[in-house]
Amino acid sequence: MAGKKILLVDDEAEFVSTLAERLELRGIEVMTAHNGEGALQMIDQDPPQLVVMDMMMPGMSGLETLKRIKARYPKMRVILLTGHGCTKEGTDGLRLGAEECLMKPLEIDVLIKKLRETKDHPSQ
Amino acid sequence: MSDKGWFSFLFRGLLDVPEEGKSHIRYRILRRNMFILMGLVTFVPLLAMAVINFVQYQSALEKEILNPMRTIVSKTKHSFELFLAERLSAVSFITFAYSYEELADEKKLNQIFSVMKREFEGFIDLGLIDSNGIQVSYVGPYDLKNKNYDKQIWFHEVQIRSSYVSDVFMGYRDFPHIVMAVQRVSETGRTWIIRATVDTKKFESLISSMGLDSVTDAFLINGSGVFQTPSRFYGKVMQKFPFPVPPVSYEANVIELLDPQGREINLAYSHFIHSPYILILVKPRAEVMRSWYTLKGEMLFVFVGGVSIIFLVVFHLTKILVQRVQEAEEKREMAFREIEHTQKLSSIGRLAAGVAHEINNPLAIINEKAGLMKDIIELMPDFPNKERFLPQVDAIKKSVDRCRGITHRLLGFARRMDVHIELLDINEVLQEVLGFLEKEAMHRNVNLNLQLADDLPRIESDRGQLQQVFLNILNNAFAAVQNGGVVAVTTWDKDADSVAASFQDNGCGMSQITLKHIFEPFFTTKKGYGTGLGLSITYGVVKKLGGDIDVESREGEGTKFIVYLPKKSEYGEG
Repeated sequence: MAGKKILLVDDEAEFVSTLAERLELRGIEVMTAHNGEGALQMIDQDPPQLVVMDMMMPGMSGLETLKRIKARYPKMRVILLTGHGCTKEGTDGLRLGAEECLMKPLEIDVLIKKLRETKDHPSQ
Repeated sequence: MSDKGWFSFLFRGLLDVPEEGKSHIRYRILRRNMFILMGLVTFVPLLAMAVINFVQYQSALEKEILNPMRTIVSKTKHSFELFLAERLSAVSFITFAYSYEELADEKKLNQIFSVMKREFEGFIDLGLIDSNGIQVSYVGPYDLKNKNYDKQIWFHEVQIRSSYVSDVFMGYRDFPHIVMAVQRVSETGRTWIIRATVDTKKFESLISSMGLDSVTDAFLINGSGVFQTPSRFYGKVMQKFPFPVPPVSYEANVIELLDPQGREINLAYSHFIHSPYILILVKPRAEVMRSWYTLKGEMLFVFVGGVSIIFLVVFHLTKILVQRVQEAEEKREMAFREIEHTQKLSSIGRLAAGVAHEINNPLAIINEKAGLMKDIIELMPDFPNKERFLPQVDAIKKSVDRCRGITHRLLGFARRMDVHIELLDINEVLQEVLGFLEKEAMHRNVNLNLQLADDLPRIESDRGQLQQVFLNILNNAFAAVQNGGVVAVTTWDKDADSVAASFQDNGCGMSQITLKHIFEPFFTTKKGYGTGLGLSITYGVVKKLGGDIDVESREGEGTKFIVYLPKKSEYGEG
């Protein structure tokens, strides 16, 4: 899994840090952000292969962030997380180009499987 | 109380329908008010018309019936007067045409009398009386020559009036006759009188020419109420007339009386102008008014019949109407309760969704923390008490999974309220729904026979709404089967555009009539506790999702519901 880079975006700091540690234990490079703006900055600095982002965040929402990411990096793979299940917002996210809408709590294996599908280099 | 006050007292209560209060009393009042109002508006005009008709007919008929009586009295009176006037003018002619000497000569008088008898029937005798009242000459069947009339009333009357017609009286031979006398005063101042007697048989023939029926009576009386001709019912000639003498009227007039036998009678009469007679026609009232009584009876029959029919119809009509109103209101109330229930569920659903979301976030942290712990334990080969920690961590993960199951179900429940189209697997939705019913199936030993197609394509639809549809149909199936029955659920890829799911039970089934109505709102066979909304909502939801429902059922053999769903939703994704 070396060389794979993932960006975790969630306002729940504990969730982000724990998941990040677990992914790093599996040899995955992890970047974290706690809001939409931070996430956009991170992507600009160092584009990851996969973005995993919560839909409900204070400030810029997940959907809004997704829109901006897709505007700048149309091929960027984004997986949305939600506590609500894939309801209307989830469907909207899929329409905006998100790859999938996963429900919290999620299984780490699902995430790793998704990451494996990506190429080694970030798609621009 | 003023008139207006009375009016409102009587009618305000009728137009108000109480909104509150015990329902059965309310319907009773409603029905009573409708009955009274409808009865009044139909009965009052009918009554008014009947009364007006009654009065009109009565006056018209009375005229119609009484006029012939007047006519016949007038006509007959005229005949009488003609008869009398003819004879009087004959006597008068003789008086003035001949001199005293001629008339005093009995031979000449006899000659005149024989001509007179030939020309005018009814004369019996003829005589000349001088100014002293002595009969100078006489022709006739009696020996009246030299009889002195000086003391008799008629002698004085004729001297005053110059002509005289007597009442009927019985003469020496005991048959009714009248006397006519005319006085002449000559140029020389000498006076004499010609007196003739007339038989009144002719009176009877005049009366019989009126053509009377057997209950009608006609006769003459004089001014003091003595019969001048015999009466059929009331007496003979010269007897006293049993009624008071009617007031003077020269026109034919009709009065109502009670006769001595107590019968109601109509009495038509007319006074003679030149003679002291009154012609009277008596008819029993019952006879006169017979046609009126018949008509009255028929009118009463029609009126009473009409009123009874009106009230019968109004009675049943109000009964049916109020029953319908009552049923409609009860159903409306049921529907309200159903809607209230749905709204309650909806708000519970929203609450559940909120709770689920709030719980899912900390649950995700617990999940990751436990995952990290497990990672660390597994990655460190010399971790102390490894075999004691690992089961603890696994238990936490299992609990997290359980919680996740609960929150997912809560969210699914909440999502049933609005249409959210997503790509979904019908089999999966069915499995979820069957999850709700597994316990019941187990308890009742109902055999769930699943034949779900493996290659079923995912369709665009609403998970929550489909859950509701499947749950409702399955609930009905479970309600229909006995314990130990079979419920078979089958799915298949129907054609390029749609998939199908069938639900077959071996329960009680439905009659053809029930089958026709099952999707109608408010139709229910669950007397008492069903609202009749379940299947109509189900049908509405399936239609909303662009699908269709088929039902096949045989009484006693079971029912099969087939739900067809489109692969592409009309709501679309773009």
